[in-house]
Amino acid sequence: MNSGGTGARGHGGIDTARLPRVFEGEERKELDAVLAKYPTKQAALLPALWIVQRKHGWVSPEGMAETAEVLNVTAAYVRGVVTFYTMYHQHPVGKHFVQVCTTTPCGVCGAEAVRDAFVKATGSKRLGETSPDGNWTVIEVECLGACGFATPVLVDDDFIESVTPEKVPGIVARYR
Amino acid sequence: MGYPHPPHPKETPVLSKHFGEADARTYDGWVRRGGYKALEQALGMTREQVVDAVKASGLRGRGGAGFPTGLKWSFMPKEVTKPHYLCCNADESEPGTFKDREIMRWTPHALIEGCAIAAYAIGAEVTYIYIRGEFTDPWRVMETALAEAYAKGVVGPNAMGKGKRIDMHLHRGAGAYICGEETAMMNSIEGKRGNPRIKPPFPAQSGLFGCPTTINNVETLAAVPHILVNGADWYKTMCLGNPKSTGTKLLSVCGTIARPGNYELTLGFPLKDLLYDLAGGPLPGRRFKAVIPGGSSVPILTAEEADSTVLDYEGCVAAGTMLGSGGVIVMDDSCDMVYQTMRLAAFYAHESCAQCTQCREGTAWTTKILQRILAGQGQARDLDLLLDLADQMTGKTICVLSDSCAAPVVSAIRKFRPEFERYLTTGRQTA
Repeated sequence: MNSGGTGARGHGGIDTARLPRVFEGEERKELDAVLAKYPTKQAALLPALWIVQRKHGWVSPEGMAETAEVLNVTAAYVRGVVTFYTMYHQHPVGKHFVQVCTTTPCGVCGAEAVRDAFVKATGSKRLGETSPDGNWTVIEVECLGACGFATPVLVDDDFIESVTPEKVPGIVARYR
Repeated sequence: MGYPHPPHPKETPVLSKHFGEADARTYDGWVRRGGYKALEQALGMTREQVVDAVKASGLRGRGGAGFPTGLKWSFMPKEVTKPHYLCCNADESEPGTFKDREIMRWTPHALIEGCAIAAYAIGAEVTYIYIRGEFTDPWRVMETALAEAYAKGVVGPNAMGKGKRIDMHLHRGAGAYICGEETAMMNSIEGKRGNPRIKPPFPAQSGLFGCPTTINNVETLAAVPHILVNGADWYKTMCLGNPKSTGTKLLSVCGTIARPGNYELTLGFPLKDLLYDLAGGPLPGRRFKAVIPGGSSVPILTAEEADSTVLDYEGCVAAGTMLGSGGVIVMDDSCDMVYQTMRLAAFYAHESCAQCTQCREGTAWTTKILQRILAGQGQARDLDLLLDLADQMTGKTICVLSDSCAAPVVSAIRKFRPEFERYLTTGRQTA
């Protein structure tokens, strides 16, 4: 886990100094609209972090610090919240992020083979490790809430139902 | 109806009547189907009259607990001295359950209307609909429908032109099963870690932002407009013999079965008929081994026990399990019960918020011991150890996540003990 320093190239070789500020222009307006929905600034934290992740592709220490600043909480508090939720990326991920459900109802229908097929078709070395070309990160996740459509897979924000190992190469090809 | 399958004659489609009809997602399409009449009617009644109608219908919470909805609403203060809030629980995360997803995807206005009626009944001007982060499709549909509802003046500062403010916001979760627990959900909306809170105080006294709050499940709220339009008596008569369990329930059927999907049934329906008639029975050449009728948190039934189980709140308790969220997980004779039990325990270990020691340690150790057994390194005392651990995990924590891990483990060991013992004696499964 990175300690959250602000120096460039502090995050596995990623040049964090180039990360633009998030809450300016359109994003600032978006945040203001979010703030209007809640009686406290702090309540805008989850939506604000979604905006950070959309803009940067992950929630960097810089993004957390800026979020803390605009919402009047500490950066440590923001980090505490970020680490609680599984969907905020705490490090950069591939261009496409694949989440395969392998919880019991999907597991008994063969979800683990779907997971393995994604690792293979994307050229990833192993689950959770971004492929050498930087295009793919495949992870397995707990219940996606579509158990009757085993196996459900999220590719970025696209929710794909009833995936079988045979369908995986075709799905991967669509995102190339 | 059994979306994605055509409706079965034994179903009672009320909530699912318009699943699969894209036009029902639009405001005009919803109004053509009788939508927003119930809201108009409710705004012409007193708050108490709306609460009484829901009380009289016998509607109980469809999220899992089965608490009477009207009674829950009546706990809210009569005088509004500080803001009241409604939270709609659309965090549907209980393994085996995928009904709220379909309600939001196909009939978003049914949920908006139900929320608006409930908000009025409890004196709330603001509703938060908490949708789990992974539900990207339901989110898009709800976002479009809510924008339309605002544009048409159904909700907003002067809802339905009746002079009442009913604001509604969508709040996106970010990946945490525990946020489906009502007090964790309130913390999450407040921008905090989703740790459950100690009760009391109960949400109706001090909930979201310290104000009186009611939290209801998507399916519960979507049923409310039907109750108002058709009457509590109509709803009450949808009952197969047990007056404590009224109305219809969406059963999400999944796992190793021929036709998985949602089926809407009158409460009191035989589980056997659901499994064999509606959902098509086992896959070719297979037979059922185990059924979890109410989402992964409830005790497992053997196939024989499932055959005589009645699908309502009391009927499932009589069978030694619970109706829960109505997520019916089916496992056939190809399933290794030891592996599946470990996989369930691993789910809870992953999702524990880690606040309470019994849960944090208990879910993790349960998983590790089961993994040890699966690896052929189990010890003779491991099954008793797991049962003892489960005992220490039950009824001792802030929320019931810990209990929810213990229930399937205990029932699996009790009912499928020979499978566990085979691993202990031969180091592998020989079934």
